[in-house]
Amino acid sequence: MKTSKSEVSVQANAREARVKADRPAETKANNIFQLDGEDVPFTPGQTIMQAATANGTYIPHLCWHPDFSAHGSCKLCTVKVNGHFGSSCTIEAQPGMEVENRTMELDDKRRTLLQMLFVEGNHFCPSCEKSGNCTLQATAYELNMMSPHFDMFYPDRPVDASHPDILLDFNRCIMCALCVAASRDVDGKNIFAMGGRGLLGRRVHISSESGKLADTDFAATDRAASICPVGVILPKRKGFAIPIGQRTYDLAPISRQVKKATP
Amino acid sequence: MSFELETAIAPEKLHRVAIDPISRVEGHGKVTILLDDDNHVQQVRLHIVEFRGFEKFIQGRPYWEVPVMVQRLCGICPVSHHLAASKALDMMLGVKQLTPTAEKIRRLMHYGQILQSHALHFFHLASPDLLFGFGSDVAARNIAGIIATHPAIAKKGVLLRKFGQEVIRMTAGKRVHGTGSIPGGVNKSLAPDERAELLKDIYQMVAWSRDAVGMIRQLFEQNLAEYNEFGRFRSAAMCLVRADGAMDLYHGGLRARGIEGKTLFDHFDYARYWDVIGEDVKSWSYMKFPFFKSLGPDDGSYRVGPLTRVTQCDSIPTPLAEKAREEFMAFDGGRVAGATLGYHWARMIEMLHAAETIKDLLHDDDIIGNDLMATGQRQQRGVGVIEAPRGTLIHHYRIDENDLVIRANLIVSTTHNNQAMNTAVREVAKKYLNGREITEGLLNHIEIAIRAFDPCLSCATHALGQMPLEVAIVGADGTAIDAATRDQHGLIHEIRETP
Repeated sequence: MKTSKSEVSVQANAREARVKADRPAETKANNIFQLDGEDVPFTPGQTIMQAATANGTYIPHLCWHPDFSAHGSCKLCTVKVNGHFGSSCTIEAQPGMEVENRTMELDDKRRTLLQMLFVEGNHFCPSCEKSGNCTLQATAYELNMMSPHFDMFYPDRPVDASHPDILLDFNRCIMCALCVAASRDVDGKNIFAMGGRGLLGRRVHISSESGKLADTDFAATDRAASICPVGVILPKRKGFAIPIGQRTYDLAPISRQVKKATP
Repeated sequence: MSFELETAIAPEKLHRVAIDPISRVEGHGKVTILLDDDNHVQQVRLHIVEFRGFEKFIQGRPYWEVPVMVQRLCGICPVSHHLAASKALDMMLGVKQLTPTAEKIRRLMHYGQILQSHALHFFHLASPDLLFGFGSDVAARNIAGIIATHPAIAKKGVLLRKFGQEVIRMTAGKRVHGTGSIPGGVNKSLAPDERAELLKDIYQMVAWSRDAVGMIRQLFEQNLAEYNEFGRFRSAAMCLVRADGAMDLYHGGLRARGIEGKTLFDHFDYARYWDVIGEDVKSWSYMKFPFFKSLGPDDGSYRVGPLTRVTQCDSIPTPLAEKAREEFMAFDGGRVAGATLGYHWARMIEMLHAAETIKDLLHDDDIIGNDLMATGQRQQRGVGVIEAPRGTLIHHYRIDENDLVIRANLIVSTTHNNQAMNTAVREVAKKYLNGREITEGLLNHIEIAIRAFDPCLSCATHALGQMPLEVAIVGADGTAIDAATRDQHGLIHEIRETP
């Protein structure tokens, strides 16, 4: 199932509008909210996450990406807006809002969410080539996650190595659905889809009769091939080519790379 | 067929003494000894109680992940597994020759590993037995005791190891479990400032390594009769050698010699190691028993490691280590070359060779080059062999058309030495335990024989002589005859009389 060219064009326009909305130069003097006591300017229509990111302020997140519409599923970006919990990636910024972000209460909850993600999949950082470039790992370091805390699920998630250029290792999938959005909105291919029910049943499906990536028109140059924040969609035969010390999060923690940390 | 003292005729009538766990070795293992009513040794077995399983769970993983994943076998010599796997995957990629920079960076990493591992074993694990005596006070027989009584020696040990770890960090990215070697080459070379930092200290490391060779020689001179005969037995041997017969711990062909010194094979291409080496299985150990196929499982066991390499090579290609090798081979009419404790001496000669090799590599401009990767014609299979600190290490993989591992076989150094270690502990048990009351000091003799091989019984875990130990002698009717416990501080607390 493919998206038509006209749909792609509409989606591209929507993205352009969002990028335009990121520009603080258009901010009016009274379009300011408070984030952990700091003034953050915004333009009308921006979410709290968009305004904070444009301001260089880190709000922990996994499923949000500046190039795509908010999915609101990982809940890691939950903040307190005037005392109420909400997802910063979906709540529009309003003048005078008081937003709590990096408080102990919120980071504790975020750490628990991360721990659940780690035990639900099979995340073996020591032998994962995404280590050092992984948003999940970097976020866990940022939030001082020292152990998985919960019992591991060890789900059975087979690797799909059928494609000549791309490896899919679903052991590491966190269901952020960014590959779904990228393949649909940018590549116009709709190769990935979320499906199934329940904690162990829900997963990313491949849109081919065999269920294998090799039987789609997926290409290594697709946007979806480089969007994965964890180590699921990987270029083959690259592995550990980047030495330790030069990987994204060797250089600085994720909270200090707000504007460049998205793959 | 089993070996002498491997299986007693009527074990149900014998007393059982267990050393569990064996201390001051890497990993977990135990020794069981069966004694008759007169405390004569009837059966001795070294059991390896860890289960590794890497060959199985690496299946289905992409090949480029393998060198990083399999090195988790060990926390002491991960570089050996990292490089053996990389070499196997070089072959799988059809890379017959690495770039000069890649090969020299890998060699630097490997010799850094030899240096740190040999220093760790000699100074931290073995020196307490050698400096204090085999049956000395157990409370002081550890690295803390060495620091208290021989601080200069302990300091050299710590700093030699630290230097080796720094070499690894700069070439692999981390001191333990780095990522520097990748199939087809390396992911980094040395930066000029890293090279300068290592050059600053390398001459001191060569000097200290030379001192260590002198120290073990002196210990042999002082205890010649005991050291020469301790756990002595004759054995076949195998190691890699360079094309000219010289020692090369990174690459070469396989050389094997039988008990009488007859060459069984030489410069054998390890890509078909299974033509000359088989693996036997015994019901009482998780570890396989490799053997030379030409001699069969009963007569084909062999030794690997420093003693084999130093005695079987034609020369060592660095001058100080070569001089040390010649002295070692000539010492006491050549008898030390066959002694189990000769492993310690040979290990220090190799440490000196490693320091000299690192020095030479640091002066080679290729190590700061930028040409890191080579390519070739893809194959389905790869075999990589390296001389790890503890001996010959074999990695063998088959890869499918989708880049996933479908079969893996690893024969690690300690596995080659399995039968040799069993033989050594049986020799020691016969000589020191027969007919005597069991004491901690006597049991330590068994452990000293095992430690000489520097075994890595499992990987990534290691004990430093402070692990609790319980020894019990149980009568044929099941009643406890004698029991002693050693606590975490190495002190014996409780000895029960015969009821």
